[in-house]
Amino acid sequence: MLPPPIAIRVATEWLAARARWQPLEVGFWIVAFAAIWLFPDRHLILTEIAWLGLFALSLDLILGYAGIISLGHAAFFGLGAYTAALLAKYEIINEPVLALLVAGLAAMALGFVTSFLVLRGSDLTRLMVTLGVALLLRELANRLGWLTGGADGLQGVSIKPVLGMFRFDMFGHTGYAYSLIVLFILFLIARRLVNSPFGLSLLSVKGNPLRASAIGISVDGRLIAIYTVAAGFAGIAGALLAQTTSFASLEVFSFDRSADLLLVLIIGGAGYLYGGLIGAIIFKFMQDYLSALTPQYWPFWIGLVLVVIVMVGRDRITSWTAPFRRIASHLNWRALARHVAASSSERR
Amino acid sequence: MLTILFDGIAYGMLLFVLASGLAVTLGLMNFINLAHGSFAMAGGYVTVILVNRLGVPFFASLPIAFLASAVIGFVFERALYVHVYKKPHLDQVLFSIGLVFMSVAAADYVMGSGQIFVQIPKFLQGQFEIYGIGIGRYRLLIIVICGLLTVALQFILANTRFGSRLRAAVDDSRVARGLGINVNWVFALTFAFGSGLAGLGGALGAEILGLDPTFPLKFMIYFLIVVTVGGTSSITGPFLASLLLGIGDVAGKYYVPTLGSFVIYTIMIVVLIWRPQGLFSRAASR
Repeated sequence: MLPPPIAIRVATEWLAARARWQPLEVGFWIVAFAAIWLFPDRHLILTEIAWLGLFALSLDLILGYAGIISLGHAAFFGLGAYTAALLAKYEIINEPVLALLVAGLAAMALGFVTSFLVLRGSDLTRLMVTLGVALLLRELANRLGWLTGGADGLQGVSIKPVLGMFRFDMFGHTGYAYSLIVLFILFLIARRLVNSPFGLSLLSVKGNPLRASAIGISVDGRLIAIYTVAAGFAGIAGALLAQTTSFASLEVFSFDRSADLLLVLIIGGAGYLYGGLIGAIIFKFMQDYLSALTPQYWPFWIGLVLVVIVMVGRDRITSWTAPFRRIASHLNWRALARHVAASSSERR
Repeated sequence: MLTILFDGIAYGMLLFVLASGLAVTLGLMNFINLAHGSFAMAGGYVTVILVNRLGVPFFASLPIAFLASAVIGFVFERALYVHVYKKPHLDQVLFSIGLVFMSVAAADYVMGSGQIFVQIPKFLQGQFEIYGIGIGRYRLLIIVICGLLTVALQFILANTRFGSRLRAAVDDSRVARGLGINVNWVFALTFAFGSGLAGLGGALGAEILGLDPTFPLKFMIYFLIVVTVGGTSSITGPFLASLLLGIGDVAGKYYVPTLGSFVIYTIMIVVLIWRPQGLFSRAASR
C-alpha cells in the first residue's frame, strides 16, 4: 500500500491522465465542425444526428456510468421539446438559447423529482417506473389539448433567430451549427463530469452499490445527481428537436423513442461518452437508407438489429470501437499501474 | 354499476389469462420478457384467419390458437430465448424489444395495419338481464373459460408432478438438475404453455381488446403491471392484480373518461414504490 500523500498524488495524476485529450477525439470534433462547410446539403440529417447524439449521451450518463436501465428516457426529451415549443409559440421567451436553458432546467426539475423513484428496486421496477413516467407525461400532453394541441401536435411555432442574428433556414444550415455547438458544450461538461472523482464514484456505484457505500460514497446522492443532470441533457436534446423543426408532437414521449435510444447507445457501446455519438451517426444513416427501401416496415430492421446484437454479444459488436474505448479506460488503467509502480520504486 | 363491475371482471380475467404465462417466465424465471404480447397477437391472428377466412367454427379455433402460439413459443424458446436467460437484464430487455418490433412489423406486412375483429357466433352476441344487471353473453363466456383455466393452472402448479418439478427448477436449478430433473425441458415446456395461454387470451380478447399490429406494444404495460403489482410468489397475486386492473380500468374509463389512463399508471408507480416486491407477495422470497 502507498502512504496517503503519495496515493493522493497518484490518484490526481491518474485523473489528469484520464482527462487528457487524445488525437482521435480531437479529430472527431474537427470532422464534426468541418461538416458545417463540407456537407452543406446534408445538414438536415446532420442536425438530427446532433440532437440524437446528445440524447444518447444523456442516456449513457445514467446507463453506462450509473447502471440504471431506463425505458422512459423520452419523458425528459419530450418535456424539453414541449417547453421549448410552448415558450416560442406563446412568445414568452423569444431567444432560442435562453429557451433551451429553460427547457433543460424544466427537464432537470422533473429528473430530480423522479430520481427518487429509481433509487430503490430491481431492474424491472426501474424499467416499469421510468416507462410509467413517460406514459403519464404523454397522457398529460394528450389531455391538455388547449395548451399542447393534443394529438395533432403543437403547430404554428415560429422560432426567432439565434442570439437575434442567425435565422433558422429550411436547409438546416443554422440548425446544424447551432445544434453542434450546443452538443459540443454539453459534451465538454459531461466529459469533465465523468473524469472527475464524482464520475469515478459513479462507476463504483454501478459496479457494486453495497461496497461503494461501505467506502463512504453516498449511493443515493450520486444516483439522484447524475439522473438529474442526464434529464437536463435529454431535455435540451428535445428542445433542439423542437427548435430546429418548429414542431412538437406526442410522438416525442413515445415508447419507440426510448427503445430506439437504447439501440443507438448499444450500437456505439455504453460507458465511454462517444458511444452515443457514434451510435447516432450509424443509426441515422441506417434509418435513412432502410426507410427509403421500406418506410412502413422500418421497425422490423430495428428489431432484427437488436436481436442480432444480443445474440452475437454486445461486447463483440462494439469491439470495433476499441480505439475510442481505450481513450476512456484501458490506456489509463495501464497509466495508473505505471504510476503506482513508479511511485513505489521511488520510495524504495 | 354492477354491469361495469361485470365487464371489469371479464376484462380482468382476460388480462390474467394473457399475462399468466408472463408471470411464470418473468416472475419465476426472473427473465424480463417484453415480447409476451407478440405471442398473444399470434394467437389472435390465427383465430382471425381460421374463423374469418377459412370458416372454422369459433370454438374449434380456440384450441388451435393455443397450440399455434405454444408451438411458436416453443420454437423461439429453443432457438433464441435459451441463450438469453443467463445474460444481464439489459440484454434481455433489448432482445425482447427487438422481438416486439419485428413482430409488429411482420404482422403489419402479413395482415395489414387496420384493426380486425373476429366474427363470433350469433348466439354469443348481445346481452341478457338478470336482476337488472346487463350481462354480455360473450363476456360471460370469457369469465367461464378464464375461471376454469385459472383453477386448472393453480391445480397444475400446486398438485402435479410437473408443477413441483417447475417449482424445484425455479427455486434452485442446480439442485433440481442434481435430482435428475431436466430443467431445460421443464423451462421450455413452461414457456410454450405460457405462450399458448397468451395465444388463447389473444384469441378470446380479439373481440374486446381489438386486434391490430401494435397489440404487443399497447398491452405490454398492462401485462407488466399484472405481474409486477401482483407479485410473483404465487398465481393468486397476479390473478387479484389483473381483476383489480380490469375493474379499475373499465370503471375509470366509464366514470372519469377525462383522466384516461392516468389512474392506472399513477397507481402502478405508487404501488411499485411502496411495495417493490408486489402488492400481494409475502416478504421478499428471492
